[in-house]
Amino acid sequence: MNELKQQTTVDSKILSVKNLRVYFPVEGSKKSAHKYVKAVDGVDFFINEGEILGLVGESGSGKSTIAYTIMGMNKPKEGSILFKGEDILKNNDKRSISFKKDVQIVFQDPGSSLNPFQDIRQILKLPLKVHKIVSKNQLDEAVGKALDRVELPRNFAYKTPTSIGGGEKQLVSIARALCSEPKFIILDEPTSSLDVSIQAKIINMLLKLHDEQKLTYLFITHDLSLMRNISTRVAIMYLGKICEVAPTKTFYTRPLHPYTQMLLSSIPVISEEEEELKPKKVVSVGEIPSPVDIPTGCSFHTRCNKKIDICSQKDPFMREVEPGHFVRCHLA
Amino acid sequence: MNEHLLDIRNLKSWYRTYQGYAQVVDGVNLTIDAGKKIGIVGESGCGKTTTMKSVLRVLDERKAYLPEGEILFKNQNILKMRETELQQIRRKNISMISQEPSAALNPVFTVGQQIFDVISYSTQDDTAKNKKELTDIAIKAIRDVFIPDPERILECYPHQLSGGMKQRICIAMALVIPRELLIADEPGTALDVTIQDQIHRLLRALVDEKQTALIMITHSLGVVRELVDQIYVMYAGNIVEVATTNELFKNPLHPYTRGLMDCVPRLSGGGISAGIYGYVPDYVHPTPGCRFSPRCPYVKEICRVQKPLMLEIDEGHTVACFRYTDSFTEQHRQEESIGERA
Repeated sequence: MNELKQQTTVDSKILSVKNLRVYFPVEGSKKSAHKYVKAVDGVDFFINEGEILGLVGESGSGKSTIAYTIMGMNKPKEGSILFKGEDILKNNDKRSISFKKDVQIVFQDPGSSLNPFQDIRQILKLPLKVHKIVSKNQLDEAVGKALDRVELPRNFAYKTPTSIGGGEKQLVSIARALCSEPKFIILDEPTSSLDVSIQAKIINMLLKLHDEQKLTYLFITHDLSLMRNISTRVAIMYLGKICEVAPTKTFYTRPLHPYTQMLLSSIPVISEEEEELKPKKVVSVGEIPSPVDIPTGCSFHTRCNKKIDICSQKDPFMREVEPGHFVRCHLA
Repeated sequence: MNEHLLDIRNLKSWYRTYQGYAQVVDGVNLTIDAGKKIGIVGESGCGKTTTMKSVLRVLDERKAYLPEGEILFKNQNILKMRETELQQIRRKNISMISQEPSAALNPVFTVGQQIFDVISYSTQDDTAKNKKELTDIAIKAIRDVFIPDPERILECYPHQLSGGMKQRICIAMALVIPRELLIADEPGTALDVTIQDQIHRLLRALVDEKQTALIMITHSLGVVRELVDQIYVMYAGNIVEVATTNELFKNPLHPYTRGLMDCVPRLSGGGISAGIYGYVPDYVHPTPGCRFSPRCPYVKEICRVQKPLMLEIDEGHTVACFRYTDSFTEQHRQEESIGERA
């Protein structure tokens, strides 16, 4: 299924991010010697229309910061974000209403992203009203349709988020995101707080909607085995930088960056077939360093098993080793 | 009588709610022998943690109600023990690693102080230890979990350590005095995959080295596959299938086990299955029959009214499902010929 999708992908960039840097000042440090958490430190990537780009990394690697920056919740220090060829950062960091309609986000924890004092009907009505999707007398019908889209029964409109299960809450968040008829959805770990049986349902729903509504996804997760099954391309992040980008199949069969290899080798799997895909002789060591004091040179050299002298001195550039396969490593 | 280290028999743990009793753990049988490693797998809310908390008797007594069952630890019933005997068990025999390391450590004491407490609590009856001896034992324990610079760590407060370090400290605390049984409740779940891998490897090495029996609670089939010898699959307060690790992955029998395995995204790709229809049942008014029956694709009339008993299919492989009883074999074959569910 994935291979098929890759072929039919139209090569037109819906979103491109160039040299994005997002720094947060560390509280308490003196003004003169401001220290920064370099959450995102020079990130370049693009997403083609109709694609599902997977953004993978450990916690603290800056995945969510990228998502929030695109949505306008963080102010970048540097860089540009182009959506459909237009720079969305130039207008004093305010996002236009058309951007807000076209781009939606689904958050990780549906418990805290849905207002517990509103019922589902009120939650779903708001985007319909704000973006003037339907006229006032058709609002209830549109709410019903929104619930149909994610295959929830229509009587859910009168329930509150506190009275429904975690999987259903996430479906409501997805329905809310779809209300404004977006083109592009950012999914920030939509299933990481759910059980696998519920996760399977949500993922299938998302894939179905992707095909039906001609959507583009930026899918953020830390689960590489999940990513294998849904994305068309995968980008991997470490300490605010992208280490490797490749089409899904290449990424899993020929991982080149030592960090990718380490991640793949640490996944617990359930069959022999998968065991063979895991890079051998790579043992995970160490922990992700603090993003305040990023190691010099290649930021991964403190945990890398293949490091040579140059790694601790010079930060490698992103290089294209084969068409569509980018690696940021001195050895690749 | 053959002696198991821990023998849980028909344990029922209920919670009092305003609607009535929530029958969370409903007749769990489980045995573990000294030095063995077993895993309990199930989705959240299926009663894994409640079962293990019953073993340590750390459930809130005002809320929990244990109507039936026995928990035999070396042939002594834990549920009938007096507080002093119970203390003895907690002191010497069983320890537990909890899911959330940051919640397990007290934020206002240093790591060293907390480890010292564990050591002096566990060795109370023996010779009283002085500060120097305590420090030596604690430093050795921290070295065992591969944290560099243990002297400095002893002086640290938990918030100064990363999640992985905190979980290592919890493991160090659980194993600082050799125990016969270690209960690990999702020790890697709150951590990143590379750190989780390290924690699991560490746990396995230490358990092997110290000959401790291990009960690993997790929701991840991949984790138990790598860590334990025997797996108990739990659904809604019942053990539905027990098998050795190899056997379970080669030949899963219970519809729930199969469904769960299908749901796990594979590294080798191939898409994602449809998931298991429905949700975990209401524990206050559970169905009288098999608790998986509302979600089971093969459900029959008998499943809804009668509880299936554990049935031994193969040596060491038991399953609680009517599909494998003799009267069902005929229907079962027909289903197989129609073909498995897509």
